Amino acid sequence: MPSAETTLTKERTDRAVPPHPPAPVRSRPRAWGDWASVAWFLVPALVLFLVFVLAPIVVAVYTGFFKWGGIGPLDDFVGFANYTKLFGDPVFLGDLGRGLYLIVLSITVQLPFALFTAVLLNQRLRGRAVYRMLFFAPYILSEVVTAVLFTMIFLPGTGMADHLVGLVGLEGLQGKWLADPSTVMPTLFVVMIWKYFGFHMMLFLAGLQSIPSEILEAAAIDGAGAWQRFRHVTLPLLGPTIRISVFLSIIGSIQLFDLVWVMTAGGPNHSSETMAIAMFQFGFKRYQVGYASAISVVLFMISLVFSLFYQRYVLRRDLSGAVTAGGGR
Amino acid sequence: MASTLPSRRSFLALSGLSALSVSLTAACGAGDSGGGPAADGTVSFAWWNIATTEPGKSLFPQISAAFTAAHPNITINTTSLENEAFKSKLTATTSSGKLPDVFQTWGGGVLRQQADAGLVEDLTDLLDWSSRLTPVSLEAYQFDGRTYAVPYDIGMVGFWYNRKLFARAGITSPPATWAELLEDVRKLKAAGITPIALAGKEKWPGHYYWAYLAMRVAGLPALQEAATTKDFTGAGFVRAGAHLKELVDLQPFQPAFLGAGYATPGGQAATMGNGKAAMELMGQWGPSVQKDAGADLGPDLGFFPFPTVEGGAGRATDVFGGGGGFALRKGAPKEALDFLKFFVLENEPKLLASNGYLPVVKGAESLLTDANKKVVAESLTKATGFQLFLDQAYPPAVGQEVNDSVADLIAGRKTPEQVTASITEAAKGA
Repeated sequence: MPSAETTLTKERTDRAVPPHPPAPVRSRPRAWGDWASVAWFLVPALVLFLVFVLAPIVVAVYTGFFKWGGIGPLDDFVGFANYTKLFGDPVFLGDLGRGLYLIVLSITVQLPFALFTAVLLNQRLRGRAVYRMLFFAPYILSEVVTAVLFTMIFLPGTGMADHLVGLVGLEGLQGKWLADPSTVMPTLFVVMIWKYFGFHMMLFLAGLQSIPSEILEAAAIDGAGAWQRFRHVTLPLLGPTIRISVFLSIIGSIQLFDLVWVMTAGGPNHSSETMAIAMFQFGFKRYQVGYASAISVVLFMISLVFSLFYQRYVLRRDLSGAVTAGGGR
Repeated sequence: MASTLPSRRSFLALSGLSALSVSLTAACGAGDSGGGPAADGTVSFAWWNIATTEPGKSLFPQISAAFTAAHPNITINTTSLENEAFKSKLTATTSSGKLPDVFQTWGGGVLRQQADAGLVEDLTDLLDWSSRLTPVSLEAYQFDGRTYAVPYDIGMVGFWYNRKLFARAGITSPPATWAELLEDVRKLKAAGITPIALAGKEKWPGHYYWAYLAMRVAGLPALQEAATTKDFTGAGFVRAGAHLKELVDLQPFQPAFLGAGYATPGGQAATMGNGKAAMELMGQWGPSVQKDAGADLGPDLGFFPFPTVEGGAGRATDVFGGGGGFALRKGAPKEALDFLKFFVLENEPKLLASNGYLPVVKGAESLLTDANKKVVAESLTKATGFQLFLDQAYPPAVGQEVNDSVADLIAGRKTPEQVTASITEAAKGA
């Protein structure tokens, strides 16, 4: 692999030290003692991880095979019945579809918008620190506060949204927003953009700062216009940031809960329900804990499989070190 | 180190054992209903309630303080939680199999599940003063002739209406039949008034319509039978849905009602309180929430019971509602029950004077001062039958399905037949 070789030669010339410094000679018992102390120091973190991460996952997978109401013994083993019921339920399939809808919109609308504002605010601009702070501020607000705020804004009749569309002559939209099955998802997505684009903008800004200005100057001297410099220098060098941004916004969309729960509770009539909301409904409202566990397992598997594939095939280059090494391709 | 470790371990084991044995003897002493308090005469028990808002917030601690003042050997460890927080915490505690000694309950399906699991005390033989309570207030806590909780509040659902708006639409008296109600809705619409306020987002206010119609059309016995046979597909239930659809087809609700909450700004209670809708179907707490979320309608606010349906099996005096009570953990100290007796019998005048509760003790209606509360209390005493809120009477999975599918019917997404089929499916699966 050429890229690996170049990295190695680069390291060698840069550091001008042997690639493998001679390891300090140790006797076997010492090494075992080291392992023991490593294990000893790992125990607290390991115990926490086992008790609060692994054990709940195992328990959820286990209860997912039972019909269980949360009280009494787990004695009604139903095998994969919870899963077959789940994938035969049009509402749950709708939840999957809505998750995909949010993912697609996040990637095609929210991220380009965040990138656009980041590039704008990376210019020399009067008061750009203020703009950066303003755009980032919604991300700091808690989800519940945001949701309550937008519930007020989209209040039928007296809300700000109704006033605004009334002023521009779009009375047809009045009183719909969160209350109409056909408008609730776009409305929710607007709130999501408002809440999260500032975060992605900050990521992009950090990425932009790390692009050496010499490269852009060199491109300019070679006669590249503004768009060419953006398309062929900035964008490729921003690749790692964009890939992380896409990853975070996909995982966020799959697990979306609090914003939707407070604004619509999944309604009207399931039209804004997400997988996490379905899980909560069945687990804590209907006390069908077995079935809710099955939902949480599906939610977990989707996130896990996606992260593994994404890290394996998309983030591989970014995770393996040198940021600029593979940028040009 | 090696020599001290075992002794320390055995010390820990010993103290653990002794602690266990102390709690075991305490539990045995308490579990035996004839037995007295622990060796030193002190008793303590945990009390979980939902009194986080006035008047209960200040009233409940007063009552428990008065009780412990009269019985210095008793300590009550009170935990007050907000409604939903209480439900989540109790669910978590229930799955661990250990309930608090005295806890808030609404009866119905949840209490029944706890009773079937052997987690709550059967009070039937211990409650020698139950004859002083109104039968209707006890019903939610009785299964197969056994009583599992003590009520302290009871109420019912009915139509709260705005007299001024009714008069403006030319309606002289509140409707007594479903046909009259539909006619009045048309009159109100013709007069440019929103006939009904409804919180579509929260679903439970919508289920009142279907439940009451089922009571009026199919009758109370049919509802109770359906709960045991798990079959809601009977013609009476389909007809109830069809009648609800007649109402929905008139588009009687406020604009954007599907997104409206109940007590939230711009929600059902605010719409009603601000005089923007002519009526709402709500429980006895309706007026106080209207006042909180919107404005006090004062003397303009009236109450009428749910209308009868022509040719239906139910009577106009069958009521639909619920209240609040306290259940005891299996093996709770008997002093806990003494406390409940004190709470309900001795403090009824205080509870009623606070204007937040309705009478559960026979003959206490005369203590009520609020005119609307009086009407509700009278309807309750005259009640010929009682049905607990369906989302509490049935197991949670069934209750939520009733709410969900009736909400779908109101939004035009399910037919009356599909509603009964969905509820039946949930009942069979639960």
